[in-house]
This record gives sequence, structure tokens and C-alpha cells, in this order.
Amino acid sequence: MNGIGTNTALVKSQPLVRTHESKWAKWGLTLLAFGFLGLFLLLPLAAIFSEGLKKGWSAYWTALKEPEAISAIKLTLLVAAIAVPANLVFGIVASWAIAKFEFRGKQILITLIDLPFSVSPVISGLIFVLIFGLQGYLGPWLREHDIKIIFAVPGIVLATVFITFPFIARELIPLMESQGRDEEEAALSLGANGWQTFFLVTLPNIKWGLLYGVILCNARAMGEFGAVSVVSGHIRGMTNTLPLHVEILYNEYQFVAAFAVASLLALLALATLALKKILEWKVRSESEARP
Amino acid sequence: MAFLLKRRTVVPGFGLSLGLTVLYTCLVVLIPLAGLFVKSWALPWAEIGEILSAPRVVASFKLTFLTSLIAASLNLVFGLLVAWVLVRYRFPGKSLLDALVDLPFALPTAVAGITLTTLYARNGWIGQYLEPYGIKAAYSQLGIVIALTFIGLPFVVRTVQPVLEDLDPESEDAAYSLGAGRLQVFTKVVLPLLWPALLTGFALSFARALGEYGSVVFIAGNMPMKTEVVSLLIVTRLEEYDYAGATTIAAAMLLMSFVVLLIVNLLQWWSRRWQAA
Repeated sequence: MNGIGTNTALVKSQPLVRTHESKWAKWGLTLLAFGFLGLFLLLPLAAIFSEGLKKGWSAYWTALKEPEAISAIKLTLLVAAIAVPANLVFGIVASWAIAKFEFRGKQILITLIDLPFSVSPVISGLIFVLIFGLQGYLGPWLREHDIKIIFAVPGIVLATVFITFPFIARELIPLMESQGRDEEEAALSLGANGWQTFFLVTLPNIKWGLLYGVILCNARAMGEFGAVSVVSGHIRGMTNTLPLHVEILYNEYQFVAAFAVASLLALLALATLALKKILEWKVRSESEARP
Repeated sequence: MAFLLKRRTVVPGFGLSLGLTVLYTCLVVLIPLAGLFVKSWALPWAEIGEILSAPRVVASFKLTFLTSLIAASLNLVFGLLVAWVLVRYRFPGKSLLDALVDLPFALPTAVAGITLTTLYARNGWIGQYLEPYGIKAAYSQLGIVIALTFIGLPFVVRTVQPVLEDLDPESEDAAYSLGAGRLQVFTKVVLPLLWPALLTGFALSFARALGEYGSVVFIAGNMPMKTEVVSLLIVTRLEEYDYAGATTIAAAMLLMSFVVLLIVNLLQWWSRRWQAA
């Protein structure tokens, strides 16, 4: 999930359909596109559910009710419940600073915020191992004080926060920049204080964009695999998130169980896409209603 | 922090919001990433050279670059096709298909990995039709290309789509009225306007493929020298407690991603100027 595609989606207008191609060319191109998307999107999606339900509903439910599956679900929810709010607050604060003020070094700050997008998931995990692992900078000190970060839940949270760091800020910055600061200045000159201005003027203006960023951030936080895999240590029932649980089941040849758990993540992905579409539609109809 | 401000404003909270942003960015992003470079810089140059020139490392860098390049090229062609069809034509199920394009962004990579492997394995839905022709898709380099094509699929579509929507149809109409053929209009009028967006999408897809791990590990087979991508090699070194090896390879990899990112930014700057002109 990269910001590039999503930013533009929020300010898209209805396309104008006028073509010069012949009918057969249109049909041919459409079929070719359908074929490509069918092969790469629809078929995999169907396969997840079909493989998960291969041995019927009861086997499907059994895989989801396993104590290890339950603890993986809980850990995944916990990690998202920390990482998303942390990046939500950061996203709002960062976009306030970047969108409402003109200052030196702004471009550098934006580049830094974008950075985690271009770092391989494996490297995102590795950097925290290098700091907090036994061989790491803080390793000896942490061992002395009996604090475990790597191969434990705090490491998973840290890696997830890093991976999902840009999502909300990346949605809010262009949105707040496009809205400018006229409304805030008006509220302030009428006697509102800074917090009133933020909660009564700014927040209602950015609420859909904010929700959009939260949804994307949450999907990535719950689904991250590479970075979490490096820092988790794969301790069953302890440091396994849902994607890691899928990997373990798959590597143990428990394919039905693996796909049953995977189908939960696929449902999360589909719900994310549906909400995203609804929000895009909502933002568009709202921006058209505005003068 | 006020000395950084270029223009005064009545809007409050500059010092607080910028201070918190810089602090959080430093703690979460800058310091951890700097740690990686400091760690690999501590090694003598000779050792860095030795680690990076080992045949297994060279082979995995070559493999990663080649498969990423092929996957990004496939996405360039099919991404343009999908964007074109989604913007220009009307057909039932269009908005559903449009929403589904983002599936590779939303689907966890591990899920994508096991699903593609199952589809392309010898007895899989697709693999069984490739088997008689002697094509081995899963556990081969072809499998890596398939996984990387999947995860990079949305980039070109999503960068080209908005440009195609904003394209002024009058220039195309003008070209037609002057007697140009369809292919001529496409290559001489439409394509030149799309190049910056196409290249940006291509570079983003390429950059994503370079670092990809989750979807690749399942389908690749992970044979050293043959189907071992760089991100997997880093994990392998880490599991062998070879921190110097893992860190050096990771730092080299990261530098390459930054170069690609720089190119993407230049492309976007170029495309903004292109559109303004």
C-alpha cells in the first residue's frame, strides 16, 4: 500500500468516456484486461476460500477455534490497537505542522516520513534486532534489566509502528494542504482558541480522509509479515500474529487450517477495499456539494 | 522553532506540532535506520567487499534485479491496459473491478504467497495445465516473477489512471479530424502524455519488488544460487547469527532502494512540470 495511488483517488473526478476505437478493439482490450485481472486477482481470491473450505465448514471452524489461532488473533488485534493510534496521533500532528505552516526543511521532513515505504520489510525488522537484540546496541543493558523486546511483543509492536508509520500522515498532508488555512484563521480571529479551532474546524474537514488513512494503516498493521517475522522468534501461542500463524500451519502441511486462517485475513482485505471505496465515494460527493 | 518559519501566521501550534513530528520521526525512523548504516560502516572495507562479492550474494542480487525488472515490465504493459479499460470503457462490474485492483495492497503478503504457490504447484488449479508442457511455475524463477507481478500490479494502474482521466480529449479529436489512424493517435498523442506516470508506476513497482519477502518465500523454493532473493538471504544470515553479513547486505539493498526512490521523486517532479506545460 503506497500513498501514491491513494492520494489521487481522493480527488478523482468522474471520467469522460468518449472513444474512437472500433467495437472489436474495445471488446478485445476489455477481455484481455479481464483475463489478466482474473488470473492475478479473482483466481487467487477464490482459491483462498476454496482451499479453506475444502474439508467442509466444521474443519474450517476447528482451525479457527484452535487455542493458537485464538491467541494469534488476540495478538494481532493488540498490535494494531497500539500501532494505529500511535500513528494516528502522529499523522495529525505531522500534517498540521506540514500543511498549515511554511518552514525551512519541509521537503526533507516529508521525505523522511515517506522513507518506511521504500524499506524492505525484512530490513524493517532487522534494524530493531540491531538495536534491541542480544548483539545489538542496547542488548547487554536490556539483558541486565531483564527486559525482552526482540522475540517478544514489544518488538512486534515496534516493527509494525515503523512499517505503518507513513500511512495516515500521507493521506492527511495533501488533504490539509488543499484545504489551506483560511477557515482556521477565520475561527481564530473570531476568538476561538487553538484546540477549539482544531476540533471544531479542522477535524470535521479531514474526518473522511483521516478514516481512510486509519483503514489502510490498520490493514497493513494486521497483515504485516516480513518485518514481524524477523523480530517475533515464532514462539507459538506467544509471539505469533495471524500472518505468522498462517506460515507455521502451511509449513507443517496443515493446508486447510492455513487457508482457513488466511481467509480471515482475506476477509479483512476485502472489508478494507469496500470501506475504501465507500469513503472515496463519500469524499467525492462531499467535495462536489461544496462551492 | 519559530526561526524556521518562512511566513508568520495566526494559526498556533507550530513549535509543538513540528517538535513532536521531528521527535517521533527521529525515534521511529531515523535512529533505527542510522543504526544499520553505522553498524555496517564499522566493518573494514575489505570485509564489506568480501561479503558482497561472495558468489551466493552476487547470484541473489542478480536474481532479485532480473525478476523485479521482468515483473515491473509486465505490470507496465498490463497496468496501462487495465487503466485504459477502466477509464475509457463502460461495462458491468466496472467499479467492482476497479476496487479489486488494490487487492495486492490490502492482502497480507503471506496469504498471497501461500495462495499463489497452491495455484501454481504441480497439482494446482493453474499448475496442472502448465505441467504437461514442462513448465515449472512454483519453486522456480518463474514463480518469483508471478509473485512479484501480483504485488506490484496496482502501482502502474493507480499512477496512470488519474492522468488518463484528466487527458483532454480535444487533442485526440483534433488528431483524428486531421486524418490520423488509431494507432498513430495512441503512440503520437496519448502515449507521450502518459510516459511520466507510466515510468513512475514502473519504478514504484520495481522498488516494491526489490524488497519483497512474504509473497516470494513460499513460491520461490529458496535454493541458494538459483531461487534465493536478497531479502531471504538477509533472513538466512540473521538466523545463522551472521550479523555482519545480514547488516552489510541489508545496507547495500537499502542504498539501492533509496536510489530508486530518488528516481521516482525526479520522475514525479518531471511529470508535474510536464502536466503544467
